[in-house]
Amino acid sequence: MILALLVRRSLRQHLLSTLVTALSLALAGGLLMSVWVVKSQARETFTRQTGAWDAVLGARGSKLQLVLNAIFHLEASPGNVPFADYQAIATNRAVALAVPIAVGDNFMGYRIVGTLTSLFSAAETVPGRKFQVAIGGRVFEDGFREALVGSFTARRLGLKVGDTFRPYHGLNFDPKAQHEDEYVVTGVLEPSNTPADRVIWIPLAGLQNMSGHAAATASDVSAVLVKLKSPIVGQQLEMMYNRQGDRFTFAWPLGTTLAQLFDKLAWFDKVLELVAYLVALVAAGSVLASIYNSMSARRRDMAILRALGARRFTVFASIVLEATSVAVFGMLGAWGLYLLILTAVASVIQTQTGVVLQVWVWNPVLLTAPVGLVLLGALAGVVPAIKAYRNPVAENLLPES
Amino acid sequence: MDALKIRNLKKSFSVPGKVGFLPVVDLPELTLEVGEQAALSGSSGSGKTTLLHLIAGILPAESGTIHLGNVEMTGLGEAGRDRLRAGTIGYIFQTFNLLQGFTCLENVLLGMSFGKGADRAYAMSLLGRVGLGDRLDYFPRQLSTGQQQRVAVARAVANRPHLVLADEPTGNLDPTNARQALALIRQICTESKAALLLVSHDPLVLAGFDRVLSLSQLNRAARKEVE
Repeated sequence: MILALLVRRSLRQHLLSTLVTALSLALAGGLLMSVWVVKSQARETFTRQTGAWDAVLGARGSKLQLVLNAIFHLEASPGNVPFADYQAIATNRAVALAVPIAVGDNFMGYRIVGTLTSLFSAAETVPGRKFQVAIGGRVFEDGFREALVGSFTARRLGLKVGDTFRPYHGLNFDPKAQHEDEYVVTGVLEPSNTPADRVIWIPLAGLQNMSGHAAATASDVSAVLVKLKSPIVGQQLEMMYNRQGDRFTFAWPLGTTLAQLFDKLAWFDKVLELVAYLVALVAAGSVLASIYNSMSARRRDMAILRALGARRFTVFASIVLEATSVAVFGMLGAWGLYLLILTAVASVIQTQTGVVLQVWVWNPVLLTAPVGLVLLGALAGVVPAIKAYRNPVAENLLPES
Repeated sequence: MDALKIRNLKKSFSVPGKVGFLPVVDLPELTLEVGEQAALSGSSGSGKTTLLHLIAGILPAESGTIHLGNVEMTGLGEAGRDRLRAGTIGYIFQTFNLLQGFTCLENVLLGMSFGKGADRAYAMSLLGRVGLGDRLDYFPRQLSTGQQQRVAVARAVANRPHLVLADEPTGNLDPTNARQALALIRQICTESKAALLLVSHDPLVLAGFDRVLSLSQLNRAARKEVE
């Protein structure tokens, strides 16, 4: 009770330094939580995107590039797979479902992917969920210049059922490279929170035969998405394509392949984490410094309190509690900052990849980081508190002259 | 039983740059009855403030005894002295020593918080008693020096002390305020049945007291200094 009053008054008396130190602690806490949550959620969410498929078959090259291209619609395709080879894997006894995709065109920077209607009738976006076409639309029909637009792309470009557009050649938008072919939007997909939301889907044959595309490779596909009947048969196919053959790459299992990506990015996480820890240290230092610096001004107050009968420990506790309170205020700010950062990061990641991070999902670090920082703040208060504890009373009560 | 009983009290300080200790207080005897009011005179350097600090337990004595009622201050450790001070002694300073970050009411509340516990109603009535009932939420800097000393007086008696120590309480006041403050201190001590030991070197202040003790005479250490 009496401690609360002492702390409240002191915080108010040093309002500016209270605010500044609380803010720096908020920054540290917000950064720590954001880095941690983005790291763990990104890994988990990106890995989950591959869950509907077991493997990707593509041209000989990097497995990671193959997965990024076929499932995340990022990067360029490493090469082509002849249609016969697609048919071969599609009819393999171990394969439950194989869907080819072809890439190479875009509309206003959004990737156009050619595929078969089986992607929408048989395949899943994530395990247990199929693609859903929004009411009023339908899937394109093979052999027609029709397009099914992902929800994110539709929203960004304002595309709706009945709209027409002419694709551009290449994966990157180049206004000079427009094709003659005109496509009509037959449907918009419901948001799936997967990279598919950023794609414009057209019939496979449409992309293969787009005006200006080479006739010799017109029947090739870019990659084949593969669902196995049983996960263990992947081993055989892996052996067949990667070890015995030398024309293709069979990316399996997808989780392991994707893990390479995060391993490559691990240094970046480490740097961010280190920065967050440094900010935390600096913030704790500023708690220490701001209270320590005000100690000489407070020596008289401390002595007066002692003269009124306050025990040394009471004075000590009031300083530690003050540092703790600053840290607690900081942590309220930290949660706010965390939501802000995560919302921004989630928006960037969605724009770039279509993958949606969950801002409002609980993560233990949302408790452990603030608790840790409050303890750190309290610890920072111990140094000036010891100074207050040792403050001699009699000398500091004498009239100032 | 006396409010204050001192026997053979000694205290000395080390002097920077010199070997050994300089005796500051060497007081064979001093007694104050319950409710008694006495003034202590003495030139500066006669150990007045040190003596008050010893009585209040702010400084530990070297030897000798100080009894407050039937409790011996000199027999207690620091925490015990703090508790005894919080519960039985009121202290009035020349420079008031109000806490600048706290309102009048909070200053008075702090005067009781460490002792018998905060009593808001009593704190308010005390401030009313010293004529500051309408200034409860003022901060010290918003008050005149005379008003500030009145807050300090209210704070000193807030823990219902048996003994009030006043160290040059009028030293920073103009003559009119000094007279009023002195009257208030004596009156409020009478009302709360607290003994008063007031230190001053102002002849006008000393003249008002029936019992005036000369520390220059009582304190052997001060006598040595003078010689």
